[in-house]
Amino acid sequence: MPTTTIDGHTIEVDDEGFLLDPHEWTESLATCLAAQIGIDLTDEHWKAIRFLRDDFAEQGETATLRRVSVVGGIPTKSLFQLFPQKPAKKLAYVAGLPKPHGCV
Amino acid sequence: MTTTQPTPIVPAFANVDTDRKLAIICSKGNLDMAYPGLVLANAALGEGVETHLFFTFWGFDMINKKTMADLKFTMLGNTATHMPQALGGLPGMTAMATHQMKKSIEAIGVPEVPEFLQQIVDSGGHLWACRMSADMQHLEEDDLYDAVEAIISAADFIEITAGAQLLFI
Repeated sequence: MPTTTIDGHTIEVDDEGFLLDPHEWTESLATCLAAQIGIDLTDEHWKAIRFLRDDFAEQGETATLRRVSVVGGIPTKSLFQLFPQKPAKKLAYVAGLPKPHGCV
Repeated sequence: MTTTQPTPIVPAFANVDTDRKLAIICSKGNLDMAYPGLVLANAALGEGVETHLFFTFWGFDMINKKTMADLKFTMLGNTATHMPQALGGLPGMTAMATHQMKKSIEAIGVPEVPEFLQQIVDSGGHLWACRMSADMQHLEEDDLYDAVEAIISAADFIEITAGAQLLFI
C-alpha cells in the first residue's frame, strides 16, 4: 500500500488516499487532511469528526450520514454545509476512517 | 511494496462532476416499491448529484399526507416471497407482511417513508407531484407532503430535468 506525506505527516493510505490505520490519526493530521480538500475546520466540523471517531471505536464501522444525524445529533442540512457535496466521504476522510459501507 | 509519492495522495473530491443530475420517477405505492427510489435518491445526493423525484400515479401515495405513513406490502402477485400465492390472500396477511417488512427496514436504521423524504429534502433533493395524478385523485398541494415543491405537468418535469439521467420505478 502507498504511503503519502501531508504537511510532514507520513501516513499509509489506500489507493484513493483514505487513511488505512485509524490509529495513525491525530487531530493535527485532521486539520491537514481537511485543508487538502479545501475545508477549514470549525467547532461544528469537530463535533461531527469526534462523533465519527467515537462511534467507529464502539461500532467498528464508519457511521452513515443518517447515523451521524440521528445518533450524533448533527442535522443532515448542517452536514451538507460543513462537508459540501460528498459529506459522508469527506467526513470519513478527515476523521481518518474508511468510507461508510451502509446504503442509508 | 511500499511506494512514496512526492505529491500527497488525496481523494478526488474536488473533481465532483457538478453537472450530473438524476431524475427518479416514482410510480408505485407499495411499501417495497417506495424504497428503491428513496434509497437511490439519498445515495445520489450524498455524492453531490442534483436529484429530482417525480411522484405519479400510485407513487402519489408516497406524498399524500393520508397514505404516506401507511404504505403496504403484499405477498399477492409477488413470487419473490417464495411462499404459496394462496397464503397471501388470507385475511390479515398483508398487514402481517407489512409489519414484518417495516420491522426489517427499521432494524437496519432506515427511516419510514415520511422521515426518509425529509432526509432527502434536507440533503437538497427536490420533490415534484404529477399534475395528472393530482387531477385524477382530486388532490391539491395542501393534501400533499409539505416539502413537495409544486404540482407540475409531465412537460415541466422533463424541462426541469434536462440532461438528467432518469430512473423509472
